[in-house]
Amino acid sequence: MKEIDYAAPATLTEATALLARKGARALAGGTDLIVQVRENRRDAELLVDLKNIAELNTLRFDAKEGLVLGAAVPCYRIAEHPDVRKRYPGLGDGVALIGGVQIQSRASVGGNLCNASPAADSIPALIALGASAVIATPSGTRDLIPVEKFCTGPGRTILGPGELLVHLHLPPPAPNSSSAYLRFIPRKEMDIAVVGVGVALALNDNRTACVFARIALGAVGPTPLLVPEAGAALAGRPLAEADLERAAELAQAQALPISDMRGSADYRRHLVGVLVKRALRIALQRVKGG
Amino acid sequence: MPKKIHVQAVINGQPMDFLCEPRQSLLEVLRDELRLTGSKEGCNNGNCGACNVLLDGRLVNSCLVFGAEVQGKAVTTIEGIATAQGLHPLQQKFLEHAALQCGICTPGFIVAAKALLEKNPKPSEEQVRHWLAGNLCRCTGYDKIIRAVLDAARLGS
Ligand code: FES
Ligand code: FES
Repeated sequence: MKEIDYAAPATLTEATALLARKGARALAGGTDLIVQVRENRRDAELLVDLKNIAELNTLRFDAKEGLVLGAAVPCYRIAEHPDVRKRYPGLGDGVALIGGVQIQSRASVGGNLCNASPAADSIPALIALGASAVIATPSGTRDLIPVEKFCTGPGRTILGPGELLVHLHLPPPAPNSSSAYLRFIPRKEMDIAVVGVGVALALNDNRTACVFARIALGAVGPTPLLVPEAGAALAGRPLAEADLERAAELAQAQALPISDMRGSADYRRHLVGVLVKRALRIALQRVKGG
Repeated sequence: MPKKIHVQAVINGQPMDFLCEPRQSLLEVLRDELRLTGSKEGCNNGNCGACNVLLDGRLVNSCLVFGAEVQGKAVTTIEGIATAQGLHPLQQKFLEHAALQCGICTPGFIVAAKALLEKNPKPSEEQVRHWLAGNLCRCTGYDKIIRAVLDAARLGS
């Protein structure tokens, strides 16, 4: 069995230097990484535990700045955060679906993103909400990248050696806006999405028409997908059933599903249509109800 | 010889020192190094809850925590649940309701239920079932476990 080292740096500078070493792996909640390492499915020579770094544990909302969500903040803190529930309900929906209580105590949204599963439950809502990833590099600079560009394939991200996801930034929600995330699984709990859909939308002041909408899909492509045409088709529309139908069709057309043990490509494409409409109705209801 | 890390933590209220290898899980440390064999290994990958402990008061799967990560933290295992005065009400109610058969899942269920009752002393049946969704039992069919937890809550544990 290969030997592993463990380090728990307290600063970003130390962390990026450690992560630049060969075989270094970032450790946040560990709910994916520990199993992968122990079952020898991921190579690791050095585990860099990021939970002692203050920037990665920050979770704060400000009406001007938006939401700053540290990469190592565990799910339970996010799901229980009053500003997340109120202003970014789609993110709350996605995060609350990740595992049971035990996993919620540990798993982080930053880790969910860096693990880059196409079916990750937090990513479609982040994309729909226009989140950006703030990345620290070994040279000390900060890169900002939209979340839809972060994952490059199953289990792969744009992060290079020594690079580290510091936090996610979500812009302040627009007036009269809301969001939702829905996934389909064959049971009620504790499963991996067959399809996931995140939506965010904003209405005009008298709430008669949509100003903008963003729709993102999970588990129907090598990475979570933003489907810009589907969202754009809703702009200026009253969001009647025919409008939702049109957005659902455009989303289906942009989905890239495969067939596997969780569902056939056709079945997934069908689910995309159903879930896009349902998620839009929920977000709409949230704007009108709140 | 793999390199060992020196860790200091408070286990069931007692300050303790131990050495562990970086790849060792907290579950392995508890069972193999500290000889606290109450926490069980069911799946070793975060699915079954048999290894549940409290880490700084939060319910976790100890198979999904590296031993090295508990430096400076407090861990409560099943061994820390009963007191000198006797069994914890949850333990008593598990006995009364026959909420166990082989018993492998029991330490995890009791630690998990204790975390629930600390957060929500009067949970509904649905809340109990939802909270315990991360704990698997191959023997009881769950109903007796749920009844034991609800009864312990009634008792005000
Ligand atoms: S042994 Fe840890 S969750 Fe099953
Ligand atoms: S009593 Fe046997 S697994 Fe629960």
